[in-house]
Amino acid sequence: MHNQPIADGSLVACPHCDLLQRLPDIAPGASARCPRCDKELWRRREDSLNRTFALTVAALVLYLIANTVPMLGLSAAGHQAFTTVVGGAQQLWHDGQQIVAVLVLFAAVISPALQIGLMLLIVIGCQRQRPPAWVGMLLRHLQFTRTWSMIEVMMIGVLVALTKIADYATVIPGVALFSLGGLIFLLAAMQSNFDPHEVWDRVQWAETEVQPPLTGNPMAEVTS
Amino acid sequence: MQEGLQSCEACGLLSRPAPGAHEGRCPRCDEELVFRKADSLQRTLAFLIAAAVCYVPANVLPVLTTITATGSESDTIMQGVVLLWSPTGWPLSLIVLFASIMIPSAKIVALGYLLITVRRGSIENNAQRIRMYRMVDLIGRWSMVDVFVDTFTVSLIQLQPLMSVEPGPGLFFFAAVVVLTMLAVESFDPRLIWDATSSKAIQQKVQYA
Repeated sequence: MHNQPIADGSLVACPHCDLLQRLPDIAPGASARCPRCDKELWRRREDSLNRTFALTVAALVLYLIANTVPMLGLSAAGHQAFTTVVGGAQQLWHDGQQIVAVLVLFAAVISPALQIGLMLLIVIGCQRQRPPAWVGMLLRHLQFTRTWSMIEVMMIGVLVALTKIADYATVIPGVALFSLGGLIFLLAAMQSNFDPHEVWDRVQWAETEVQPPLTGNPMAEVTS
Repeated sequence: MQEGLQSCEACGLLSRPAPGAHEGRCPRCDEELVFRKADSLQRTLAFLIAAAVCYVPANVLPVLTTITATGSESDTIMQGVVLLWSPTGWPLSLIVLFASIMIPSAKIVALGYLLITVRRGSIENNAQRIRMYRMVDLIGRWSMVDVFVDTFTVSLIQLQPLMSVEPGPGLFFFAAVVVLTMLAVESFDPRLIWDATSSKAIQQKVQYA
């Protein structure tokens, strides 16, 4: 059973304190904050979809590189060993820490992949004037992948591990290490250029009968 | 909530449940709507207790075991911090100290405080409490650092028979603390912090009228 939308579409409740308020129409780059708890309700982005699309494609390329080539190498006493991100999780699995291995795989490989994949599909779906309802379904789950995608945390972890190991052996940084470093910034830029509000404004509703018509919003134009 | 409206957690649309119905779905994005997250306080408390229980073995049991030709040596998280402390390595040592020891315990204490104040219907320090919630939400993921440190130490130092490193039982408990506290933050509904204030304001309005 779907709820009935309220007549005034600009009325919102703050997600952090539930204060009922009217969302003003703001200029690109500006943001609207809750007067009671200071939560940022909306930050409007300039040319959001095109920029997000470019950054997402770049992130995808770096992601693929980062997960196919060696990340770290080590040479000591004639031995040489290389590892990738997946290899790290594999070794943990091998040593009897299956649950932690799955967690590492999830936070460092699967979630970032979902984050990039969902974003790509959302942006592609939004090329239409009225994005189909599945765009909304994917967008609903984007926040989840953001919470659990921890490449930047992993990077600090790798640096600490390197410092520790540098005492015993020579460490060889691999191409994937630099790709991951770049990926951190691309993912952050991708997320901050993306404006979910703009997508929600245009998306096809689950309950089509009560959907308000598209307004003559200048944001709706993405092809230029 | 006082107006009988439901705000969608996923897309932010405000809508009104059908007459007689308590909860429905969002007409825009199809998300299930609730006035407040289901059993927020109980769930947060349950995750928090579980995290606090795991916190002890996470810090007492070794996370890494180093095996060399001459024998083996096990390190807990704190010993790892001490080992890392050197003229050049101290900034990283501090990062691990913060991420692995201070953040998890601060998270447990902060969420406990939020739970108690909400339960008591406190109407004070709302702004500070919501800031505390956001802080806990923001920095929580950084506790995972130690899990990654141990993962890559283990996977790189495999120089059998000279030297190899194996994960210890503490690693599982430590990872559990991180995940459980993240789940606790996720189940906490920050709007509960303001509910006591809102209902008090309404009571006063009713009295004046």
